[in-house]
Amino acid sequence: MLLAAIGLQHYLLVGAALFCAGLVAVMSRRNAVAILIGIELMLNAANVNLVAFDHFRGKAAGAPVIDGQLFALFVLVIAAAEAAVALALILNVFDTRDRIDVDELDMLKG
Amino acid sequence: MTLAFDIPDLSGLIPQLIFFGLAAVSVLSAIAAAVAPRIVHAAFGLMAAFFGIAGLYAMLGADFVAFSQIIVYVGGILVLLVFGVLLTARTEASLGIDRPVRRAGALAVGSLLFVLLAIAIDSTSFPEAAPTEDPQPTTAAIGRAFLDPEGMLVPFELASVLLLAALIGAAYLARRRRSS
Repeated sequence: MLLAAIGLQHYLLVGAALFCAGLVAVMSRRNAVAILIGIELMLNAANVNLVAFDHFRGKAAGAPVIDGQLFALFVLVIAAAEAAVALALILNVFDTRDRIDVDELDMLKG
Repeated sequence: MTLAFDIPDLSGLIPQLIFFGLAAVSVLSAIAAAVAPRIVHAAFGLMAAFFGIAGLYAMLGADFVAFSQIIVYVGGILVLLVFGVLLTARTEASLGIDRPVRRAGALAVGSLLFVLLAIAIDSTSFPEAAPTEDPQPTTAAIGRAFLDPEGMLVPFELASVLLLAALIGAAYLARRRRSS
């Protein structure tokens, strides 16, 4: 496997590893910014899979098909919007509570 | 002077070497971003992972996505994250000190999920048709697809509305309330 030509499965494995790293960050961190870092890693894992599938689906049909890359660009846009709103929320919480430890954010608890 | 042994021809392995280098940079940096004890170190790990992933996109022939990755993620999102770290790094918790039990559980779940995914990926036979021709620049095709009314025009415009809404919402949420 190591010396074979690089195929789709190599990229899918990289995507899986990135996703699991992001999952570990989301599950174990208490700092809200660190959780956001984990979410970005998971979005990037999805993007790696999209672009890899786009590349290996074969382009013999004449006109270039780039749907996977278009999806990846939409994910990029959503990630940018999500990061901006999430950081605004985090700053707002920090402003009112002086901390961003998600374990201690229980304002909505009934 | 002739050599007594054949030098193995490694030129055919260059793509593999580049791929494994980029994959190692991406995955190791991502793991560092996930477990680094200090948030700033995690942010820098994330930056290295973004660059590695951009290299992987370039290897896949997605040049526009690779540069967008660097511009949007490293130039935009990562700067936002670092600002978030700088503006909130005052309390004990912002050092990222985690509870060991929870971290061990998260690592166990993450490793288990990776093993399962690897088995699933390995045991699935994907209908692979590798492109034979050299990768072509994709920017023009992406631009046409985004502005094609029968293609991605509506999602593209919706994405711009979403970005505007996110921008206004972020500016509204992040304004200072205490002074009032």
